Amino acid sequence: MQKGSSVGRITALVLRYLYLLRSSWPRIIEIAYWPTMQMIIWGFVSQHFSRSSPELTAGGILISVVLVWDCLFRSHISYTLSFLEELWSRNLGNLFVSPLRPREMIMALASISMMRTLIGMIPAAILAIPFFDVSVFQMGLPLLGFFLNLVLTGWAISQFVTGILIRYGLGAESLTWVLPFLIAPFSCIYYPLSTLPDWMQSIAVFIPTTYVFEGMRALLLGGSFEPELMLKGFALNSVYLIFGLISFFVSFQAARRHGLLLQSGE
Amino acid sequence: MNDILQTEKLTKRFSSVLAVDSLSFALRQGSITALLGGNGAGKTTTLSMLLGLLEPTSGKISLFGQDFIRNRYNVLGRMNFSSPYVDLPQRLTVRENLTVYARLYGVADVRERIETVSSEFRLQDLLDRRVRRLSSGQKTRVSLAKSLINRPEFLLLDEPTASLDPDTTVWIRDFLKNYRDTYKATILFASHDMREVQLLCDEVLLMKRGKIVEEGSPQELLLKHGKDDLEQVFLDVSREEEA
Repeated sequence: MQKGSSVGRITALVLRYLYLLRSSWPRIIEIAYWPTMQMIIWGFVSQHFSRSSPELTAGGILISVVLVWDCLFRSHISYTLSFLEELWSRNLGNLFVSPLRPREMIMALASISMMRTLIGMIPAAILAIPFFDVSVFQMGLPLLGFFLNLVLTGWAISQFVTGILIRYGLGAESLTWVLPFLIAPFSCIYYPLSTLPDWMQSIAVFIPTTYVFEGMRALLLGGSFEPELMLKGFALNSVYLIFGLISFFVSFQAARRHGLLLQSGE
Repeated sequence: MNDILQTEKLTKRFSSVLAVDSLSFALRQGSITALLGGNGAGKTTTLSMLLGLLEPTSGKISLFGQDFIRNRYNVLGRMNFSSPYVDLPQRLTVRENLTVYARLYGVADVRERIETVSSEFRLQDLLDRRVRRLSSGQKTRVSLAKSLINRPEFLLLDEPTASLDPDTTVWIRDFLKNYRDTYKATILFASHDMREVQLLCDEVLLMKRGKIVEEGSPQELLLKHGKDDLEQVFLDVSREEEA
């Protein structure tokens, strides 16, 4: 009777998260609410600066980096919150006695994360056009590269966090909110890399998001797309994604060894 | 009938605690077996290993003729599980939960199967209600419906009639017997309800300190211990061991 495929199981889990989303209008609104609020607040800050220091806001740089940075945060939060739902509802036991493989769960979480990130970011990006006359879409194809880079960084962090959650349970929940901000000062979101002291620069060069924002500044302020920055970002993201995946699978095996999958959520 | 499950010296150690100690037993296809034992006897640990949720320290599990420890994904689709201690997503409706699990198990006609199990478990009026709005007895019925969504050949149940009223308990008991007879399914369940065990099971495995200390049919155990009910046998064995 049962002949499940990997795609079928991934779709089933995505459906579970879509049902969850559909079950609550406030949740759907909330997805777009925070990015839109960020855009509005930073839009006014940008307008204020444009009078005194126009170089800070040229090309809509301030609003653009805020929106793009939020892609990382949204992709990470969407991924990790969906996983946390399984812990909160004590459902991991049911999932892992089914034929669902951990890698299929990762695919499902990444899929729902991408959907939620797009639902959250597209309205904010579109609203920035009439509100502040800033369109991130003017960046053209490189925007897709910047976006994917940040989403990948978000997923790499998520895999590390979900690994810790599966191993140590809800006691580690706060890491979900804290970890993305650990890399924020090194990511050079609002300032160029050269602003950082030397010791911070030597760390920042190992953070993929640094290359995204350096690349955005080159494009929006200098008018030139620098593919090597994009490639460095993707290369570093590949390393961190592999590290995140290893970390998740090691934690999953440890949870199986210690009998934590049935107890999760407690 | 063939054995669908065989364990050989199955052992689980948590640091210094030996939770399951060299357990060897087999389950015949089409049998209903109860796993009995006091708190800490190793029932849940054993069930968890048989479900693939817990990695044994040593030993072998053969399920449907396959090495379950190495190839569990080959056979997980032929099994299912229900426990009052593992919840279904509370914010989803009963229908949504059953749909998700039917798809996870690769059920061919999801809608038809949901109609069937909801009819079997008297859930038709609850299908569009969120799980969090159900009574504990209704949740147990939903969990059982989920456990049968893929028409499993091997069903593992933890306290299957917990939180159910007597009428529904009798009905579930008859249902499980009928399910076994119709599909030649094998059922293993952990329970503290000795009357249920006596009425439902062909075999009993009585565990204490991670080992099987008694096994046989309920009648055999009653005769061996000269008792009228399994609860007396259970107490007898516990006290013998302590003495």
